[in-house]
Amino acid sequence: MSPAAYVTLAVVLFAIGGIGVLVRRNALIVFMCVELMLNAANLAFVAFARMHGNLDGQVIAFFVMVVAAAEVVVGLAILMAIFRTRRSTSVDDANLLKN
Amino acid sequence: MSPVLASAATTAAVTTQSVVFWLLAVVSVGAACGMVLARRAVHCAIFLAAVMLSLAVFYAMQGAPFLAFVQVIVYTGAVLMLFLFVMMLIGVSSADSLVETIRGQRLAAAVAGIGLVVLLLLGIGHTVIGPAQPMTSIGGQGNLSGIATLIFTTYVFPFEVTSALLITAALGAMVLAHRERTSPKLTQRELSRRRIASKWPTPLPSPGVYALHNAVDMPALLPDGTPSELSVSPVLTRRELGTETAPVPESLPAGGDEPPRGGEQGNGEPGGGQPGGAQPSSGGPDNGQPGDAGTERPVETSTQGRSDS
Repeated sequence: MSPAAYVTLAVVLFAIGGIGVLVRRNALIVFMCVELMLNAANLAFVAFARMHGNLDGQVIAFFVMVVAAAEVVVGLAILMAIFRTRRSTSVDDANLLKN
Repeated sequence: MSPVLASAATTAAVTTQSVVFWLLAVVSVGAACGMVLARRAVHCAIFLAAVMLSLAVFYAMQGAPFLAFVQVIVYTGAVLMLFLFVMMLIGVSSADSLVETIRGQRLAAAVAGIGLVVLLLLGIGHTVIGPAQPMTSIGGQGNLSGIATLIFTTYVFPFEVTSALLITAALGAMVLAHRERTSPKLTQRELSRRRIASKWPTPLPSPGVYALHNAVDMPALLPDGTPSELSVSPVLTRRELGTETAPVPESLPAGGDEPPRGGEQGNGEPGGGQPGGAQPSSGGPDNGQPGDAGTERPVETSTQGRSDS
């Protein structure tokens, strides 16, 4: 398969993840959609690495994975803290800074 | 002869690759759509696992075996398990509400997503994406050592910064998850005093006594045939595991005819035939038995039991 097909697939997955981030209310599912977007970016990196025939894209994808893991850890800890005080994971309920 | 064979083999490999690509592309896009559309967080996690596993196969096909394994181990193994653990902590049956809080938001989001796809594809169409380089230069045996060489030579500074990032993330998670004790810890003397002073100095009735089954979610039957709501943990009844009771024999007084009917009602109504689709808010006054069990249970005793164990 040509790398263009993989890049197209990555674009589609990225857009689906973006729609999920916009639509869903549960903060946990919003996080999962962000993970999907990061994964789609990784797929594009790997496809471009294949296209250029070098390994730089794969190394960047590796760093993206590390950053995503750190992001998930901190994000889920924040989610736990919010759930402990508000008893809800809906992103609509976390509006203390609104007024 | 041999060039013909080689070209035939290459064609076969290309065909296999494209077949696998189209199969897994359909699977991954379908699972991603299912993740956006599924109501329950657990189903979303399962769909996300499907997407990540097919992406791992894509990496392996693209000459990135190291990334494929890292994808399976780190993403599907660690990150998704973390999601599932947090889901267990905040309630596994937490379903999204289907009410649109902003009017027309879903339509706008869908339009924005499709617009993003169109824009990105137009941009990709204008660039020249060349054919794939031969796999030997990046894949195969040299892949792992090639990545290691790059990480420890060209990208050694980002690699070190990554370690700082990971330490900071671990510390941040610990700080955020830490909870200060706001009241002094109760001693055993205070606990026993509170227990004697409470309404229930004795242990609560065990679940399942004289009932149809002896599972922990089955309320015990009192001597007059009514189910004892104190015997079931409020955690279990909140998960709507059903509170059916044993059929009361005809010889019992007429008063014992009521509770089984109430139990069946409470079991049948909230689910409505599809146990997965039960809203958390549907546990209203109608299937009051599970909810009442939580409120009527003396609070002191339940906290006592938890801190004792």
